[in-house]
Amino acid sequence: MLHFTPAKILFICAVGLMTIFFCLPNVLPANIVKAGPSWWRPMQLGLDLRGGSYLLLEVDTSAVVKEQLADLEETIRNGMRDQKISTRGLRAADSAVTVTLVNASDRAAARTEILKISTGMELENLAEDRIKVTIPEKLQRERQLAAVSQSLEIVRRRIDEFGTSEPSIQLQGRERIIVELPGVDNPERIKNLIGQTAKLNFHLVEPGAIGTDPRDLPPGTLLLPGTGEAANQSYVVRRRVEVAGERLVDAQPSFQNGMPVVSFRFDTAGGRRFGQVTTNNVGNRLAIVLDNKVISAPNIQGPIVGGSGIITGNFSVESAKDLSLLLRAGALPAPLLVIEERTVGAGLGADSIQKGASAAILGGALVIIFMVIAYHTFGLFAVVGQIFHMGTLFATLSVMGGTLTLPGIAGCVLSLGMAVDANVLIYERMREELASGKSLLNSITSGFSHAYATIIDSNLTNLISAVLLFLLGAGPVRGFAVTLSVGILTSIFSAVMVTRLQVWLWYRNGKRKELPI
Amino acid sequence: MKPILRYMPHEFSFDIVGVRFAAYVFTAVLVVGSIVSMATRGFNFGIDFAGGVLMEVRSKEQVVDLAKLRSAFHDLEIGDVQLSTIGDSGKDVVIRIPQQAGGDVAQNAALKKAQGLIADGYDIRRTDVVGPKVGGELIISGALAVALAIIAIAIYVWFRFEWQFALGTVLALCHDVLTTLGIFSIFHIDFDLTAVAAILTIAGYSVNDSVVVYDRVREMLRKYKKMPLPELLNSAVNKVLPRTLLTVFTVLLTVIALLLLGGSALRPFSIALLWGLFVGTFSSIRVGLPVLLYFDLRRDEVTGGSVVTETASKKPQPA
Repeated sequence: MLHFTPAKILFICAVGLMTIFFCLPNVLPANIVKAGPSWWRPMQLGLDLRGGSYLLLEVDTSAVVKEQLADLEETIRNGMRDQKISTRGLRAADSAVTVTLVNASDRAAARTEILKISTGMELENLAEDRIKVTIPEKLQRERQLAAVSQSLEIVRRRIDEFGTSEPSIQLQGRERIIVELPGVDNPERIKNLIGQTAKLNFHLVEPGAIGTDPRDLPPGTLLLPGTGEAANQSYVVRRRVEVAGERLVDAQPSFQNGMPVVSFRFDTAGGRRFGQVTTNNVGNRLAIVLDNKVISAPNIQGPIVGGSGIITGNFSVESAKDLSLLLRAGALPAPLLVIEERTVGAGLGADSIQKGASAAILGGALVIIFMVIAYHTFGLFAVVGQIFHMGTLFATLSVMGGTLTLPGIAGCVLSLGMAVDANVLIYERMREELASGKSLLNSITSGFSHAYATIIDSNLTNLISAVLLFLLGAGPVRGFAVTLSVGILTSIFSAVMVTRLQVWLWYRNGKRKELPI
Repeated sequence: MKPILRYMPHEFSFDIVGVRFAAYVFTAVLVVGSIVSMATRGFNFGIDFAGGVLMEVRSKEQVVDLAKLRSAFHDLEIGDVQLSTIGDSGKDVVIRIPQQAGGDVAQNAALKKAQGLIADGYDIRRTDVVGPKVGGELIISGALAVALAIIAIAIYVWFRFEWQFALGTVLALCHDVLTTLGIFSIFHIDFDLTAVAAILTIAGYSVNDSVVVYDRVREMLRKYKKMPLPELLNSAVNKVLPRTLLTVFTVLLTVIALLLLGGSALRPFSIALLWGLFVGTFSSIRVGLPVLLYFDLRRDEVTGGSVVTETASKKPQPA
């Protein structure tokens, strides 16, 4: 039972060598590690240890649904107009548009037209003269999914353009985006960049209108506020979008008369349209509207036909840079909200590492001292097993690309104390068997074999709670769960294999008469 | 020097099952006290669950005048801001801003105000912002994790042992979770995500302990067919007691290391573990074991488990 075949000893040695190999990137200088293959890497430090910012963003999908509904309403309105079907009105509510016709006899024609222009909608006759057009849930979901993946792409572009090192941007669930920015200890500017929809439109300012009350505006116009210092100023602009920001192909910060401005360039169609608008409206004002706020509304001095122009406004160098970045990266399909933020400065991270490391050293030292005092030689075997366990734990975490967090370090320290439980179980059982009158070899053998079942049972139940912690936990706690789970598995291996091997070698190399404990 | 374990018997002979009623009273007081405290005092929810903003800042110059800082925060009108110093230098301050009424947008606005206020004299070392929605979800996922862990463990124990053992494990676990929650409530320790991690770790440790005891009970049930159940349970506990004491002690050493050197971030976690270490051990002996006594454990039902049975017949009955 106790016997180890050479193949088994070889296997344990191989595991030991692999452990050393996979642990090496954690201690070797970075340039040597970089030269190696990508899976030969050091353990990642979590943001709570290396410093950095974690942002959880949520896409406002209700805005997406609203926009989808508004689009549908607009499509139907245009369709009815094209077919010369007169309506008493369209009403959009929940996820459906209700069309009320003037003549009930038009219903068949209206239905055909709606089916043609808006594919996939569900139609329902509410009354002789009324049709309800519902957006099916499937289409809503598709639109939301598209909005989320587009948001992800745009957030990625914005952050890449901003230029922080090694950002990580990933989807969480169905409508959330996790952004991790190592080394960023003040994410305010990035949060501003991410949080803006950045929808740019050019509207004409309604000449002569200086209304402030939304109720007595001329028809077809909107009242929009200014930005920055001009926030209390308002503009009456025409509802119609003359040129949309999607037509932009480039935007760069530059200077005009010593003032920061943003210069932009349209694509061919956008440039042509911009040329028309400016040609036909010389002397009028053109409002540059970002997210429903007017940045500026300069006078059109003359036709601008080159397809490029500049945006003036109260820019600082930084805000001109940020706006051009936003325009280059494109507009978000829906607003994004920062619903969770966790930022740790590099100084605190370094403190945490230092505290975690000193707790680990003290904990480890106490356990080693106690085990050696309690079990002498066999205690030493347990310590070797523990070192093996820690080594394989670090090696596994390194090769898995695992992340070490502060709770993860706590988990390691704790597992130092818990993992010797396997040794204690084995040794106590040996003492017991010996006391019941068995021979030394028999006691050792049945000590191991009796303790195994217990070790497996008790560790598997422990593993269950660690796995659940991983599945349901968040952020740094997940790091703790990973450390705990991997630690449980490696501790079983080292207690069962490494300790037994040492005990066997000890027994074989000498005429052992009694247990050294 | 001899190994100190020479002085420790490999088996104790306490009448543990005999004095169980005093332990019941103690358990009842703990559990009822915890529930009462949770119901009346509630929890000191950290921002993970309550939402809000938490900042850790370090003064660039001298020791911080908390009263002055407090009145400055009061003027910002962002609710009841709590300030406290941490560490020994007197320069580190933890600022906690409550959940703002206007949701995530208002929350970020409050954060900006606070950052503006302290930007000059302080380094911001840490900022946590948790929105109302996230906080609620974290409570649910935390509670779910604990509940699912208990259920999964119960199913495992049921398959490996018998339903009576599973019941005992679950009761012991509930005892541990309830009394740990009680400690958080009674002493108003910050209850946050790491507390949930601590509770699950305690659950894992406690069930580990229960299983070790149960394993021995099962083994003895098969071996000593005639021994009365109370006597058998008592003997089983006494046999594993040396192991229990040693393991508690080694885990205790590491928890003490965490408590002493782990810093303030790990303190609630370490305190919870320290407590859990004791209740976990206590409950496996005082809750998990007596359950077997009351729920009609029949020996012929005890199957499976240990692969080693050949020693059973060879071993003489203990004197």
